[in-house]
Amino acid sequence: MIENFDMSLVDWSRAQFALTAMYHWIFVPLTLGLAFIIAIMETIYVKTGNPEWKKITKFWMTLFGINFAIGVATGIILEFEFGTNWSNYSWFVGDIFGAPLAVEGIMAFFMESTFIAVMFFGWNKVSKKFHLISTWLVAVGSNLSALWILVANGWMQNPVGMKFNPDTARNEMVNFWDVLFSPTAVNKFLHTISSAYTLAAIFVIGVSAWYLLKKLNIAFAKKSIVVAAVFGLITSLFTVMTGDNSAREIVRDQPMKFAAMEGLYDGSKGAGLVAFGIMSSTSENGNDNMKDFNFKLEIPNLLSYMAYMDGDAFVPGVNDVINGFTDNDGVVHPSVTTKIEMGRKAIHALKDYKQAQKDKDATLAQTSLNELKENFKYFGYGYFDDPYNTVPPISITFYSFHIMVGLGMWFLLLFTLALLFVYKESIVNNKWFLRAAIWSIPLAYVASQSGWIVAEMGRQPWVIQDLMPTLTAVSNIDTTSVQITFFLFLTVFTGLLIAEIKIMLKQIKLGPNHGGH
Amino acid sequence: MKLLLSLKKIWKFYYEGFAGQKSWSRQVWLIIILKLFIMFFVLKLFFFPNFLKTKYTNDKDRGDYVIEQLTNPKK
Repeated sequence: MIENFDMSLVDWSRAQFALTAMYHWIFVPLTLGLAFIIAIMETIYVKTGNPEWKKITKFWMTLFGINFAIGVATGIILEFEFGTNWSNYSWFVGDIFGAPLAVEGIMAFFMESTFIAVMFFGWNKVSKKFHLISTWLVAVGSNLSALWILVANGWMQNPVGMKFNPDTARNEMVNFWDVLFSPTAVNKFLHTISSAYTLAAIFVIGVSAWYLLKKLNIAFAKKSIVVAAVFGLITSLFTVMTGDNSAREIVRDQPMKFAAMEGLYDGSKGAGLVAFGIMSSTSENGNDNMKDFNFKLEIPNLLSYMAYMDGDAFVPGVNDVINGFTDNDGVVHPSVTTKIEMGRKAIHALKDYKQAQKDKDATLAQTSLNELKENFKYFGYGYFDDPYNTVPPISITFYSFHIMVGLGMWFLLLFTLALLFVYKESIVNNKWFLRAAIWSIPLAYVASQSGWIVAEMGRQPWVIQDLMPTLTAVSNIDTTSVQITFFLFLTVFTGLLIAEIKIMLKQIKLGPNHGGH
Repeated sequence: MKLLLSLKKIWKFYYEGFAGQKSWSRQVWLIIILKLFIMFFVLKLFFFPNFLKTKYTNDKDRGDYVIEQLTNPKK
């Protein structure tokens, strides 16, 4: 059936969505994290009454404002794309996404838009306490609006709390709480926001390090580093913890994705963790997606331990998921060939059901409905012929995952060293550290984007796990129009990014004594 | 009367806030307005019509079309 799809249209639609999502994600994490750092700084100001902290708060608020303003509404483009390029998908999930996105809209509008005005215009016009509350509410509001979109993404990775309606071809929510509190959604939200906080902390440390290197605003920079390093150390530890929980969730709900993240082709008991690996450009096993390792540094039993808290547990590899396996809880996972057969039955049953309704054949309609219900769990597999088409791109998933984890470890060290050097009063003299801190700003963005590449590439070929492959999600539109808008977005977003960097650099050069906003 | 006074206070708050902005604020407002114009009056209008809404007038037809796409995909 796969030959019935225009893969060029699918690929361009994916490229366009990836482009807009990645650009959008350049702006979002800094907003999410910097909002809290500012709130902490302002709290110190209100508690101590020290005007130096007011100056510090106002400076970082200026950079927050620039980032917020340039990034605002860049996510709306994604919603345009849902309606135009991904109409099958939007229709299929409409009811599930409707509620979280509506709540997001209300939250974003009332909390962010209302209180951000007080945050920027309210100095000396409202009481200190009311201003502080507004700053905290902006932080909470922006994070709450992230919650709903991440819940929607979590549902796509692990669809729960819904029922498929064959009359409308839509999934309908039957339990809002199952959707909201699905372990996938909870872990995704916590891991994403904590990594965003970490990015913002690195941003503050990096910019402050630049001042120290230039011997400018020393006291201001040191104070900023202390707040950011404490905040960053806590959030990066939390990021490690939530990442660990996410991985344990993935090995159960998306074992193929987990195998791709780890470059694990054949599962085993007591599986080792590849801490570092280089894949060869060729493959001896006849599958270009499953390249051999030229070199790998493996820590015995660690993967089993991390996945199941048991060093001897069985961790399935790509081939195990393809051929079927029994997991550590005794649950039998059928082979992909079996899932393909079930998926085909489900697709035929849906087709027969619609035909039976047209023909007013109640018996056939009921039989088809039963067949659909029985096999719906693997509906999406019915579009594939070769089981290996259900394997995500392994190299990119493996490398992105390892880059993210490796950088995460560096950030932990960075925060620890920052605190140590400030405590020892030697931070100004450690020029190598200050330079490393500045270079860590782009690295934080690389880590953040890599995380999303793992999440989204690793779950391919699914747009909704097991139910809807990416190739059936796209609208039947002209590929040329997708290509045109791809380059339009590239131009618009690159322009926005250049504007942001230019305005921000100007403000950073002017420094905290310029008077904020 | 009280409501009118409150509204007047809110108006003054925003008016003074916007009037007292620094140059970077004015720059980003310009970018926001330009960006929203491009998004809603160029991209949305000319490049991003809602595929199912423009093709079909009711939800039943939209659902039938998607089912046809899912059960009988064609290039």
